[in-house]
Amino acid sequence: MARRRLIQAINDALAEEMERDENIIVLGEDVELAIMGDTRGLLERFGPNRVRNTPICEATLTGMALGATAAGYHVVLHMMFANFVYTGFDAIANQIAKMRLMTGGQMEFPITFLAAYGGGASNAAQHSDSAHPTLMNIGGINVAMPSNSADAKGLLKTALRSRNPCFFLEPASRGGQMGEVPDGEHLVPFGKANVLREGKDVSIVTFGTTVRTSLDAADQLAEQGIEAEVVDLRTLVPLDENAIVATLARTGRMVVVDESRDRGGAGGYIAAIAADKGFKSLKAPVKRVNIPNVAIPYAPIAEREVLPTADKIVAAVTSIVG
Amino acid sequence: MSAGTTSENRDTLSALLERMVLIRKAEERLSKAAQAGELPGAVHLYIGQEASGVGACSQLKDSDWITSTHRGHGHFLAKGGDINAMYAEIWGKRQGICKGMGGSMHVADVSKGILGANGIVGGGFAIATGAAYGAKLRDDGRVSMCFFGDGAANQGVFMETMNVSSVWKLPMVFLCENNRLSEFTVSSTITAGNLVDRAKAFMPTIVVDGNDVLAVREAVGEAVARARGGEGPTYVETGTYRIHGHLEAEDAFLAGGKYRSKEEIEAWQTKERDPISRFETYLTSNGIMDEAAIAAIHARVQQQVDDAVKFAEAGDDADPKLSYTLMFADQEA
Repeated sequence: MARRRLIQAINDALAEEMERDENIIVLGEDVELAIMGDTRGLLERFGPNRVRNTPICEATLTGMALGATAAGYHVVLHMMFANFVYTGFDAIANQIAKMRLMTGGQMEFPITFLAAYGGGASNAAQHSDSAHPTLMNIGGINVAMPSNSADAKGLLKTALRSRNPCFFLEPASRGGQMGEVPDGEHLVPFGKANVLREGKDVSIVTFGTTVRTSLDAADQLAEQGIEAEVVDLRTLVPLDENAIVATLARTGRMVVVDESRDRGGAGGYIAAIAADKGFKSLKAPVKRVNIPNVAIPYAPIAEREVLPTADKIVAAVTSIVG
Repeated sequence: MSAGTTSENRDTLSALLERMVLIRKAEERLSKAAQAGELPGAVHLYIGQEASGVGACSQLKDSDWITSTHRGHGHFLAKGGDINAMYAEIWGKRQGICKGMGGSMHVADVSKGILGANGIVGGGFAIATGAAYGAKLRDDGRVSMCFFGDGAANQGVFMETMNVSSVWKLPMVFLCENNRLSEFTVSSTITAGNLVDRAKAFMPTIVVDGNDVLAVREAVGEAVARARGGEGPTYVETGTYRIHGHLEAEDAFLAGGKYRSKEEIEAWQTKERDPISRFETYLTSNGIMDEAAIAAIHARVQQQVDDAVKFAEAGDDADPKLSYTLMFADQEA
C-alpha cells in the first residue's frame, strides 16, 4: 500500500498506462504544465508527440479525439472543467456517443476524457457543474466517478485499457484527499459498486465527491444509533443496478446523494431503479440529497447552501428512519 | 476544361466519367425510390456536384481518410464505396454497410477510409482534423480530406480547425463544395464576404470550377501533394450547384414555398454546364473516347444500379435488437 493523494493516483495511472501502451496520447488545454496536477511530468517523460497543449477550442478538440482514434490511438483528452464539456458537445453527443452504432460497429472510440467537476471552491457557476447526468443520457459513453485514490487509479487504468469512450470525472474538491493505493497492478472494473460501510437501517447510495460527505453523515448517524450502509457506485455508466437493489433488500430504505441538479439528475434515475426493481424491499420513500435547480453561486455561504452536506444527508435519513 | 491534362491516359479519364455516371444514376434511382415512398428515411442528393467528389477522390488512396456530409452518397461512391452495401443501408437492410443502423446520412466504410457521412452540418471538420493529426503522429503518409459545404463554413469549428491544422501543419485538405445553398436558404443571404478569404488567413487556397472534373482533379492534386509533403493543409473550393432539393420530397415540407427559381436550376443543367455532359463533350471532341464507348459506360452503370436495387430489395430486414449490443464494445447498452 502507498499513501497517495487522489490527483497523484490519477497521475500514476496515466504514467503507468502510457508506459505500458505507446498508443496512448494526451491532448488538452494546458496539459503540459498541468494546472490540476494530473498530467504533471508526462511531457518530460513521454515527449511532445504524446503530450501536447492544444488551442482553446473544445468543439474541435472533442472531434479531433475521435478522428485520431482512426490512426489507432487511445486519446486522453483533458477538458479541464466539466462545464467545458458543453462547449465541445457536438462531437461528444452527436458523434462519439452515436457513431459506433451508426457505422454498424465499424468504428470504436478508445477515448478517455478527463474533467474536474463539482463545487466547493467558489469557482462559480461555469466551473462547478457536474456534467454526468447529461453524459449519462446521450448514448455510448461510459462515466466513471471515483471517490478515493485507489479507485481513481484503478478506474482510470480500466478506462485507458478500454475500447469504449469514457468520461473520467475528477472530484475537484477531493483532489488533495489522501488514500491508500494497492501496490502493483490495480484495476477496478466498471459497473461494480463498492460497499464502503455496512449498516442495517438505511442505504446511502452515492459516488464521487459526495462519498466522503456520506461517510461523515454515517458517522453522525451512528452516534444517534442509526446504522447506515454507504454504497459507492464508482461508475454511472455502466451502473451496478444489482448493488442498488441488493443494498435496498438489506435495509429497506434509501437516500441517494449526488452532486448534480435535481431535475433530470442522476439521483432521480437511481431512485427510479429502486422504485422499479426494489419496490418490494421499500419501507419508506426514496429520498434524494443533491443540488437544487439553481446554478452554483459564488459566495461561500451561498455555495454551501446548495451543495450536499453531511447535515442534509442526516436530515434526509432521519426523515425516513424510525 | 483545364489545360495541361491531355496527358492523362484514356483509362483514367474513362474511370472518372464512369464514377460520375455511377453517382448520377445511383442518385436518380434514389430520387425515384424516395418519391415512390420506398425508402424508410430522407435522402439528400448530390446530383450536379459529381465532378467535385470524383475529381477530389481521384487523388486519394484507399488508405487516405475522408469525412463527408449529410449529402454523402457521392463522396462514398467516389472514394470507392460499394453501391450494393450503400443501397442496402439506405433500404434499412442487414446487408447494409452499417447493418442498417446508420442509413443514408451515415454511410461509412472505414476499410476505404470513409469516416462517415455526417448528419451534423460541419460535423466532419474536427474529425478530419483528428485523423490528420493521427496520420501526422504516425508519419504514415496518409492525407485527410474534409468535404463540407458553404453552409458548414458558417460553423465556428471551421475557423478552429483551420487554425489547428495550419499551426501543426497537418496533412489535410479542406474541400469546400460551394453549391450556393445552405439547406433551404440561399447562402449569399446569410454569409459575409467570400469563403476563400476566411481560409486565406490560415493556408494556401485554390478556387476552382467544381463542375470541371479535370480542374478539380488538378487542384486537389496540388493540395494532396502539399499535405503529403509535410507542408500542411490547403483549402480547395469547388464552385458547383445543387440540382435537387436539400432533401427529396422537400416540396411536401415547404408548402409551395420557393427559395430559388426553376430557371436558375435549369441554367445549371445545360449541356455546357452539367459536369457529366461537359466532360463527355471534352472526351469526344478531343478524340479520347467516342460516343459508343460513352454509351457503353452508361449501359454498364445502369446495370450496376439496377442490380444494386435488386440486392437491396432482396436483403434481410435489419436486426431490431442489434442496437443494444452496438453502443459499446463488450458491454450492453
